Amino acid sequence: MSRMPKPAPRVRSMILAAGLAAFTSFAVSAEPITVVSWGGSYGAAQDNALFNDASKNTGIAINRESGASMSKACLQVQSGAVSWDLVVTGSGGAASAAAKGCLEKIDYSVVDVSDFYPNLYTDYCVGSDVFATVMAWNTDKYGEPGSPGAPSSWADFWDVKKYPGTRAYRANNVDGALEPALMADGVPPEKVYEVLSTTEGMKRAVNKIRELKPHIAVFWGSGAQQAQLMKDAEVDMTTGWNGRFDNAKKDGAKVGYTFNQALLDYDCFAMPKGAPNKKVAMKFLAEISKPEYQANLPFHITYGPTNKKAYDITTAPKELIESLPSHPKNVPMMLPVALDFYAKHRTEALELYMEMLSE
Amino acid sequence: MQNPVEPAGMNEHALQRQEAREQWTLLGLAAPAVLAIVAIIVIPVGWLFYLSFVGSDGQFSLEHYAKMIKYKSYLRVFLITFEVSILTTLICILIGYPLAYFLALLPTRWAGIFMLAVLLPFWTSLLVRTYAWLVLLQKKGMLNDFAIYIGLWETPVKLVHNMTGTLIGMAHIMLPFLVLPLYGSMRKIERDMMHAAANLGASPVQAFWKVYFPLSLSGMVAGSLIVFVLCLGFYVTPAVLGGGRVVMVATQITAILENQFDWGAASALGVVLLIATLIILYLAARFLKFDAALFGKS
Repeated sequence: MSRMPKPAPRVRSMILAAGLAAFTSFAVSAEPITVVSWGGSYGAAQDNALFNDASKNTGIAINRESGASMSKACLQVQSGAVSWDLVVTGSGGAASAAAKGCLEKIDYSVVDVSDFYPNLYTDYCVGSDVFATVMAWNTDKYGEPGSPGAPSSWADFWDVKKYPGTRAYRANNVDGALEPALMADGVPPEKVYEVLSTTEGMKRAVNKIRELKPHIAVFWGSGAQQAQLMKDAEVDMTTGWNGRFDNAKKDGAKVGYTFNQALLDYDCFAMPKGAPNKKVAMKFLAEISKPEYQANLPFHITYGPTNKKAYDITTAPKELIESLPSHPKNVPMMLPVALDFYAKHRTEALELYMEMLSE
Repeated sequence: MQNPVEPAGMNEHALQRQEAREQWTLLGLAAPAVLAIVAIIVIPVGWLFYLSFVGSDGQFSLEHYAKMIKYKSYLRVFLITFEVSILTTLICILIGYPLAYFLALLPTRWAGIFMLAVLLPFWTSLLVRTYAWLVLLQKKGMLNDFAIYIGLWETPVKLVHNMTGTLIGMAHIMLPFLVLPLYGSMRKIERDMMHAAANLGASPVQAFWKVYFPLSLSGMVAGSLIVFVLCLGFYVTPAVLGGGRVVMVATQITAILENQFDWGAASALGVVLLIATLIILYLAARFLKFDAALFGKS
């Protein structure tokens, strides 16, 4: 929300604006910055926890758009018509976009990441939240998480004798799709990316998914679809993002998941190269990266803060805090996603994955 | 326009001039449309062609086309795309022809009311219709629930997230594109021709096949072509109802763009689809004599 006065005679408004600028810690931008996120419960969570309050406190007016996508951001950069200032993206997408030269370097003299978990920011993006790619299942069918006999590893996900039923898996995108297959094939988590760094390793993972394919009833294309599939009991077990399942459970879905062998990943904010309001947007990014905003995020979606300090000051109840992917209790169970692998092998991995999908 | 008083030479010359002027006027009148087509179609498609030959290093390269040969998925995706498009067109003909025939038989007023049944869904958002099919067809959807309730089958039948669901959804969405031109051409057929055929000794079946069907062919071919070509580029319905298993060209293009931001590779797919479509249409026109039906040539 801008603190600019209502339209008034030009001189008066200029004096007022100058006065306001002097009183606020940041200069009031003439035009609002454009902040782009995703739709659904994710974007709403960011509005409520980060954007609205940060805008009020800094006086930086924002223009909120949905439909964030690195390919669209790159298109804007390549066509020289950049209208976005800050864009939400997955960590892998940011890495690819940076490699293509589509992103501005983050100015870390403005954005303070001294309290961030290491590996949750890069030269080109600042982590916004930590999520996990987990296996989730219908609790009516396979039991509550942690109860005896409930699935607990990727090997169980693949075991259709012990857990008969249908599965869902990722469509048209290879991010987070190969690692579970290798773990199910007996590769220890710490060796997964080593195996994946060769074409044979990637083929091994894709073949493992091929083996499960007759039981994969649906390949999901979005987080909203993961939630819907579990709500409608269309499939019995699926891969997906933990926050979506928590929200589905709140809506009455019989769904549970485990962090064991899950993939620890993060979303981040990136700035397209040539963003129209670079300086102001950088200040806004600095503001929303502060722990006091991040501490509010868990109230709206169960994705963890990237700023460690947020854990110290959050007022969220203990059970909620302990259910976050970046909670110290959960992190050791998971495999952190290696951006290196995606930067180097994403193209080939996707080709191999699409071969399996199109069969 | 001939003036018998003027000498023949002058007359001819004037006529030629007049004709040239008329052509220029017509060209001038068409100019805005031509410019619009150049701006909207020719330039972007040309740009697509250009991009498909630019490699990742910015130089001329055939790498995008080489990749399509290296990985089998591309050929399969094209085959699936044509398979889905042909099957959808056939289903539309099987459902649409009798429907249009029925509509054409009705008095205009009643036909208009029944036509609403075809048009109302046509005016509804494509996404809404697609998701409506999902609600109807899924495992615990209305159709399965109802069929199990009345004892038609015992366990849920897989009606969606596969080729079946895709074809149901696409045929429903495409049907108006076939019915509208077909109905138009059927309306123009004189009923007297059928009476004449009967009068000359043709049985109703013979009269239909020898007289009515050939006359309705132009509308059917025009409608089928629209359906077929629209299907080739379809994205939403196969993506939602195909359950990720029916990978069509548009899906593959999205995957490449979203994952690799590779406009060259995506353009190459578009170029191949365009050329394959043109070849198929050309062959169809030649061997099935579509052009005669379409353009009224003898």
